[in-house]
Amino acid sequence: MSFRATFATAVRVLNQLRRDPRTLALLLFVPVGLVFLLEQLFADRREVFQQIGGPLLGLFPLIAMFLVTSITMLRERVSGTLERLMALPLAKLDILAGYALAFALVAALQAILVSIVAFGFLGLDTQGPSWAVVLLAVSNAILGMSLGLFVSAFARTEFQAIQFMPAFIFPQILLCGLFTPRSQMASWMRGISNVLPFTYAYDALYRATKLGAFDGRFALDLTVTVGVTVLALALGASTLRRRTG
Amino acid sequence: MVDYRLMATSPSIVVDGLRVLRGSVIVLDELSLEVASGRVTGLLGPSGSGKTTLMRAIVGVQIVESGAITVLGKSAGTPPLRWKVGYMTQNPAVYGDLTVRENLRYFARILDAAPESVDEVLETVAMTPFAGRVVNRLSGGQLARVSLATALVGNPELLVLDEPTVGLDPVLRRDLWKAFNELAESGKTLLVSSHVMDEADHCHDLLLLREGKLVATGTPASVRQQSGKQDLDEAFLALINEEVA
Repeated sequence: MSFRATFATAVRVLNQLRRDPRTLALLLFVPVGLVFLLEQLFADRREVFQQIGGPLLGLFPLIAMFLVTSITMLRERVSGTLERLMALPLAKLDILAGYALAFALVAALQAILVSIVAFGFLGLDTQGPSWAVVLLAVSNAILGMSLGLFVSAFARTEFQAIQFMPAFIFPQILLCGLFTPRSQMASWMRGISNVLPFTYAYDALYRATKLGAFDGRFALDLTVTVGVTVLALALGASTLRRRTG
Repeated sequence: MVDYRLMATSPSIVVDGLRVLRGSVIVLDELSLEVASGRVTGLLGPSGSGKTTLMRAIVGVQIVESGAITVLGKSAGTPPLRWKVGYMTQNPAVYGDLTVRENLRYFARILDAAPESVDEVLETVAMTPFAGRVVNRLSGGQLARVSLATALVGNPELLVLDEPTVGLDPVLRRDLWKAFNELAESGKTLLVSSHVMDEADHCHDLLLLREGKLVATGTPASVRQQSGKQDLDEAFLALINEEVA
């Protein structure tokens, strides 16, 4: 692995995003619009907005980066650029770290923008510091990226890659505790949610925004989030093959 | 004392008993050949004869069943070779959403090549006027030249070019073959594939491939002599018929 090749890849990915202003605008402004919609939706029941608003801020980047990464990586595989890169002095980890660097930057921008709007203009409260939300959002974005990277190996077309979103992400959103506290779930559902990475990403956000509790459980949440990220990256790297048939 | 004369004459590529399968189909069957250093070797043969597979095996991105390939004295695909072998894929493997210069700068950064080398390469492929253009907006011929340029970045010792002149206009084709010969004169080794026999006369040596087997090797003159035909198209047909008979 080399810093030069990693950095080169990050610059390349950011250049690609820069040349695609529509995607960039969607990435940055759709979450803002959604949070506004949420606030309006619960205008009469502020407590619901306060309950789910904070954690949602940190989950947007996860979902967005999952989609963006699975499609971009699929494109690299299909267009032949990945094979071309594999003939160059570039480690697989350089490619992955380059993507992570570029997308983490975008995720940070996304999280900062939506945090400014939510905390500054929409009256969302947070018990913990707002920068903790931004930091968690970035770590969640990298988790989303690594999951997207991994599943891209199982898609042959962009249609399939997009369908991984409802198949892979939606159940996790439903079961993570955002809509119903996990303590109120049937035990088999809680069992499933115990092994889903979203559960821990959500719980960390909930603790940071609602409870302001940076306790042992919070540390466990973070450990699981980072652990799953590393695992998915390693699995994703193993799907990038130097030699193919 | 190092005998430089001996080094100059030792072949850049030695293929020994190479066998490649795609599924259960034998693409290359017990193929053995050599590519001389400092020369332009034409890899000719009809579509589907195994040219691309052989080139992929030489740059080390093809899964190989058996046999050995030595490139510049090292086993094909080993990490040090990734600095020394330039590869142009048959389908342009460049990023469509980046400009020509951004694409080449990415390759140059990975190969730790000076930024000025991008300008030199652009000059070689006559793409300097289009350096700032987004690749998706280029014509087919321009796209092929960008792809060729990515192989030239970093001043590689060996160039493996998969059909670099296909679909280009005659003036440009002539210019590129001139450039290939100049590169060979400066000590580079070139392996250039084509399915157009007309191009054979631009090469110093020829490898005629058909159905994964070598039909003939030698200079254009000796291939003519072996077959007793002046026209290389006819020579190729005659050599195949000879084999069949």
